Amino acid sequence: MSDNRSFREWSRIFVASSLWVPIIAIVLGLVCGALVMWIGGYNAFEAYGALFDKVFGSKYDIGETVRTITPLLFTGLSVGFAFRAGLFNIGADGQFIMGMTGATLIGIKIDFLPWIVHAPLTLVGGMLIGGLWGALAGYLKSSRGVNEVISCIMLNWIALYLSNYLIRTLVLKPGTQRSELIRDSASMSIRWLSSFMENARMDWGIVVGLICTSLFYIVLWRTKQGYELRAVGFNPEAARFSGINVPKNMLKSMMIAGMFAGIGGVFEVLGVFHYQVISAASAGYGFDGIAVALLGGNHPVGILLSSILFGVLTYGSAGMNFSASVPTEIVRIVIGCIIFFVASQGLIQMLYKPFMARREAKRKEAA
Amino acid sequence: MGQAVPVVELKGITKRFPGIVANDSISLDLRQGEIHALLGENGAGKSTLMSILFGLYQPDEGEIRINGNKETIDGPGKAIKLGIGMVHQHFKLVQNFTVAENIVLGIEPRRGMAIDYRRANDRVRQLSEQYGLKVDPEVKIEEITVGMQQRVEILKTLYRGAEILIFDEPTAVLTVQEIQELIRILRSLAAEGKSIILITHKLKEIMEVSDRVTVIRRGKVVDTLATAETNESELAEKMVGRRVSFEMETQRCEPGGVLVRIDKLTCQGAGKGKNILEEISMHIRAGEIYGLAGVDGNGQKELVEAIAGLRPIHSGSVRLGDSDLTQAGVRERMAAGMAQIPEDRQKHGLVLDFAVSENMVLTAYADDRFGKRGFLNDKEIRRHAVRLAHEFDVRSAGIQVPMRSLSGGNQQKAIIARELTREPRLLIAVQPTRGLDIGAIEFVHERLMQAKNEGKAILLVSYELDELYKLSDRIAVINEGRIMGELEREDVSDEKLGLMMAGHRINGTNKAEVRHERQPEF
Repeated sequence: MSDNRSFREWSRIFVASSLWVPIIAIVLGLVCGALVMWIGGYNAFEAYGALFDKVFGSKYDIGETVRTITPLLFTGLSVGFAFRAGLFNIGADGQFIMGMTGATLIGIKIDFLPWIVHAPLTLVGGMLIGGLWGALAGYLKSSRGVNEVISCIMLNWIALYLSNYLIRTLVLKPGTQRSELIRDSASMSIRWLSSFMENARMDWGIVVGLICTSLFYIVLWRTKQGYELRAVGFNPEAARFSGINVPKNMLKSMMIAGMFAGIGGVFEVLGVFHYQVISAASAGYGFDGIAVALLGGNHPVGILLSSILFGVLTYGSAGMNFSASVPTEIVRIVIGCIIFFVASQGLIQMLYKPFMARREAKRKEAA
Repeated sequence: MGQAVPVVELKGITKRFPGIVANDSISLDLRQGEIHALLGENGAGKSTLMSILFGLYQPDEGEIRINGNKETIDGPGKAIKLGIGMVHQHFKLVQNFTVAENIVLGIEPRRGMAIDYRRANDRVRQLSEQYGLKVDPEVKIEEITVGMQQRVEILKTLYRGAEILIFDEPTAVLTVQEIQELIRILRSLAAEGKSIILITHKLKEIMEVSDRVTVIRRGKVVDTLATAETNESELAEKMVGRRVSFEMETQRCEPGGVLVRIDKLTCQGAGKGKNILEEISMHIRAGEIYGLAGVDGNGQKELVEAIAGLRPIHSGSVRLGDSDLTQAGVRERMAAGMAQIPEDRQKHGLVLDFAVSENMVLTAYADDRFGKRGFLNDKEIRRHAVRLAHEFDVRSAGIQVPMRSLSGGNQQKAIIARELTREPRLLIAVQPTRGLDIGAIEFVHERLMQAKNEGKAILLVSYELDELYKLSDRIAVINEGRIMGELEREDVSDEKLGLMMAGHRINGTNKAEVRHERQPEF
């Protein structure tokens, strides 16, 4: 593999061993956001205060924050999983869209099943279509040697327009730019919880997300399949020498990654909107997923925590706008800065190394 | 020259790292025009000491004098200014730059704003003639051999005006011929008045080229001797700290029946043209070490890959016992009883980011004992690793640390432990002692002999004839993808092997000769 070295460098950025890096990156990101606000003449304290007020202000807001977190968690898991097997799944976006489309079609077109069958069937259907979309990139990589980054980016666009086409021709609600509503029998919303949470859009997504987070861990670190995937991710050559089928594992990892993203898309339709719109551009969850996986160090717990952080920032930004009249884009700047600082680990280590060294010296003196 | 001030004087250098004293009050002097060898096992502190001299580390105690003046070397820049140059073990060259571009990098001759390439090339040519270092300044680094890359590294230091040259394990990556060339270069540099420090753990080279030797063990100087007044076994003893046997008492237990049959194995190369392996035949008996000699790059790598199932076989067959494995995959061959100690242990044998325990099951994790129904039995994997580490003396800070943190010798021991405990019938060992120190080499050799005595068939591929002499029952020679002949150990001589390695067929026990004389059938 000729790109092995650059991959190593990438992996060092992604699989952060130190907990300090993400924490300091978050703080620095918030500071940078504050700086930008200060330059723009806004009160940063007020703005951040408003952000957290918005998130924890009411039951409705808490519920909606969870709703914002869910897709980020799924795409984060998707990117993280592929990365553990040595692949950069930049195509979570397309897989997410395919999951949505699958859910929309199955959720609308099938009308004779009871909830207990229809909802899970729709979930599995969307998941498989997302997985297939990931497997497509995995297949191109493993059998034709096509770089997965290139094929994923192309598949993202194909997914977007294919999805628009399918909605327009099969399930369009006349006179609108969106699909019909899915059948109630396919809905994944939790009504009683929604009414308890002041009508926030609550669904089973976060529950399935947590299950997937644990599956992520169990598959990778507790099964032989996961052992193979990780071996391929760290050193495909050594994996090959020990009899592991490397192409097959690449295919599998992309398929599983696609399934994670696909489930994310499924809940966006079945749990949140109940319909899918014809859109000119994707919602970008897949790309946010890269950031989530990056900050989370590709570890399931890390991914969960970082999806919560990004979800909180994203949802809270509306509050910032409302009560401190700070434009919501500021939050994108904060997120951008956090990613920048995580990616430039060296910079952060420069900041905290002196502290560590001093502490080390003190310990030595004491000893 | 004897009375002159030493060009380098290290006095009481001490360097501590967390948990270890890498250099413990080391003193050393280097005279002008001498080749001074620094001998020690891996991890003895040689590299640390030289890194201090080159300004990469600061000593905790002690002083450095260059030409009699006390100096603080706070970085490589300062070291270069003082006329110290270092030729690293892993070359630091820009692959897609030319030789001359690499040499002048950082201090390019300029004409206005532009680099004066013609002057750079001329200067490089002049230097290369002056010291007899043959290089072509205008070819790219990626196109030249490793030996030539090393010469570029040497020229780089000379271009920067180095009077004191440090060589870190310079022969580790070279072929036999290239080593001879290097030794010639070292001598001519010394004759030109350069002073040389040679870091190595290879005794032969020291005896051949150095004037004095300083032996370091566990961060301390054991002794400094004049090379003329010592011998290999004395040096080995000082380095390891105990007596070392060079001769293996060869209990030649009678080999059993033929276990491995490789017949007329042919593999095609990447492009069209001639085959990369041509009708290779070898029969290896149980309880036999079958040595394969040859100059690096004559098809050894491809042959091993073909036998192990990593390269498609065009024609011919590979059989182990009763089973025909010609078309079998890697996993299937392993199940049939094949094991391999790959040449590049870090690239092919280990997953460096995996824990030691995970690496210990890399070729066996699929077994039921390491977990049923697709799950991993962590407890058993750890128990297995602890047992292997104990039995094969793999030293690490625990079985949960990443393999990356182990020394080369311990990494190799881990692979050997892993492969031998799988109880293979055929063990393919490629350069099993490459880059290891004497203690570890001895260990590896003992284990191979033990495996042989247990009745395993062993295919030993090595570029070091000494190793083949010491271990093999029979030695075959490969040249340009063909077997040149096969000799019983009693019949082996340097001369015969040399001829065969150069591509001449020799009468041996091989049928190759017979085939050669047969009329081609159409």
